[in-house]
Amino acid sequence: MGLGIPIIIPVSKPSKGAAGKTGLWRVEKPVVDEDKCIKCWLCWLYCPEDVITEGPNGFPQIDYTFCKGCGVCADVCPTKAIQMIKEEE
Amino acid sequence: MAVEGTWEIITGNQAAAIAAKLARVKVVPAYPITPQTTIVEYIASFIESGHMDAEYIRVESEHSAMAAAIGASAAGVRAFTATASQGLLLMSEVLHWAAGSRLPIGMAVVNRAVGPPWNIHVDHQDAMSQRDTGWLQVYISSNQEVLDTILMMYKVAEHPDVLLPFMVCLDGFVLSHTYMPVNIPRQEDVDEFLPEYSPPHWKLDPENPITFGNLALPEEYQEMRWSMDLSMRRALDLIEDVAEEFFQKFGRYHGGVTWKYKVEDADYVVVTAGTMASEAEVAVDELREEGMRVGLLKVRAFRPFPHRDVAEVLQDRKGVIIIDRSIAFSSGGPIGIEVRSSLYNISGSPPVVNYVTGLGGRDVTYEDIVEMTKDGIGRITSDRLRRPYYWYKLKPEYEKIELSEEVRL
Ligand code: SF4
Ligand code: SF4
Repeated sequence: MGLGIPIIIPVSKPSKGAAGKTGLWRVEKPVVDEDKCIKCWLCWLYCPEDVITEGPNGFPQIDYTFCKGCGVCADVCPTKAIQMIKEEE
Repeated sequence: MAVEGTWEIITGNQAAAIAAKLARVKVVPAYPITPQTTIVEYIASFIESGHMDAEYIRVESEHSAMAAAIGASAAGVRAFTATASQGLLLMSEVLHWAAGSRLPIGMAVVNRAVGPPWNIHVDHQDAMSQRDTGWLQVYISSNQEVLDTILMMYKVAEHPDVLLPFMVCLDGFVLSHTYMPVNIPRQEDVDEFLPEYSPPHWKLDPENPITFGNLALPEEYQEMRWSMDLSMRRALDLIEDVAEEFFQKFGRYHGGVTWKYKVEDADYVVVTAGTMASEAEVAVDELREEGMRVGLLKVRAFRPFPHRDVAEVLQDRKGVIIIDRSIAFSSGGPIGIEVRSSLYNISGSPPVVNYVTGLGGRDVTYEDIVEMTKDGIGRITSDRLRRPYYWYKLKPEYEKIELSEEVRL
């Protein structure tokens, strides 16, 4: 075994917001239209920030504190249920 | 310590491919480039014929080859690839990822000149220009040494104190395409020497998701670089230990971080690497026959660089002659630069003459090494050491310009 040399490895558990409250950067936010959503969960799979979860009514719910507004979820949604809406200011 | 195994007459590239098979590597992402091509061709045929149990990934570039090797190694298996010249340079960005992620990937680098101008022959600039990526680098002088060193270096790289990738560097065509007798050890002996790789700290695992290569801000970053540096320095002793263990098991010793030849009583020591070191052994014998006490210090490990050993061997000699097959523009040969840094702060540091030669495959024979050594000794004894380095064997019309007073350094 080793001599106890510290091997400092750049690995971490995935978690949201490792780089701060990224939601502050956002210029557009994704909004889910539950009438169009078919719960395929592609948005959940593709969201690079891991901020999409299942909301109380079973539809995708977005944590806007950390959602950076990249629009990937809107892009992959097969039914166009997610719209990117301009932030007020 | 009986030498078992079978003898075959093979090329350096065959030796590298057989070593990958014997090491039971599990993933080989491959992109062919001269003079490396036959390594990945041999591996492809081993896998196709069922003699090797590994995934072969045909990638679209060397950048992807290294990226795939990183993925494989991160998933916890032994990975191997091979490249040369521009291919290695194309990998450069991902070489940093492999080392920074602490993945003990193995790679044969068949040293070849960097273009332009296009040139497929030996030159160490491709690998030496990657010296600060965090990869271990060992330079090789024979086909047997290629095979044995790949096996040894997996053991060093995978040691829990090291966890860094390694390059075994062999001279293009001089070794890669030249046949020599090589002893191929028995698989069961290699298995005993090199057990299956098991990552000690982390691996990609869907049951326990982790990310790697994440953001590390100023509070974190510096210690990660320190840890890589420490591991690399720790590898100096491990390379020696593993070479000794290999010797006990297989009866072959090619040196550890260095290889010494007739240095004990030497007044002058020649320092070089790769196949020029084999030529230098013959040159040393010639010079001794002429009554000059000359020895050879072959630098095997260029990363980690064996500063302490170099200083121990070289201090208090009358002079040191360093021969490099690579140019660090306006600074000399990379080995020359390192050796000077080994000697600078010690007492009894000898005068150093550094020659740059053999670039782009220009032949360097033992006679050339005899000539450089005599020229170096002449400069040292007559106090004509005006420059940090000298070009050797330039065409005469260019040599005149090189040696004119107007050429400043
Ligand atoms: S906009 Fe980007 S960050 Fe925000 S929820 Fe969609 S995919 Fe995730
Ligand atoms: S990708 Fe669209 S349809 Fe699928 S779950 Fe997300 S919002 Fe609903």
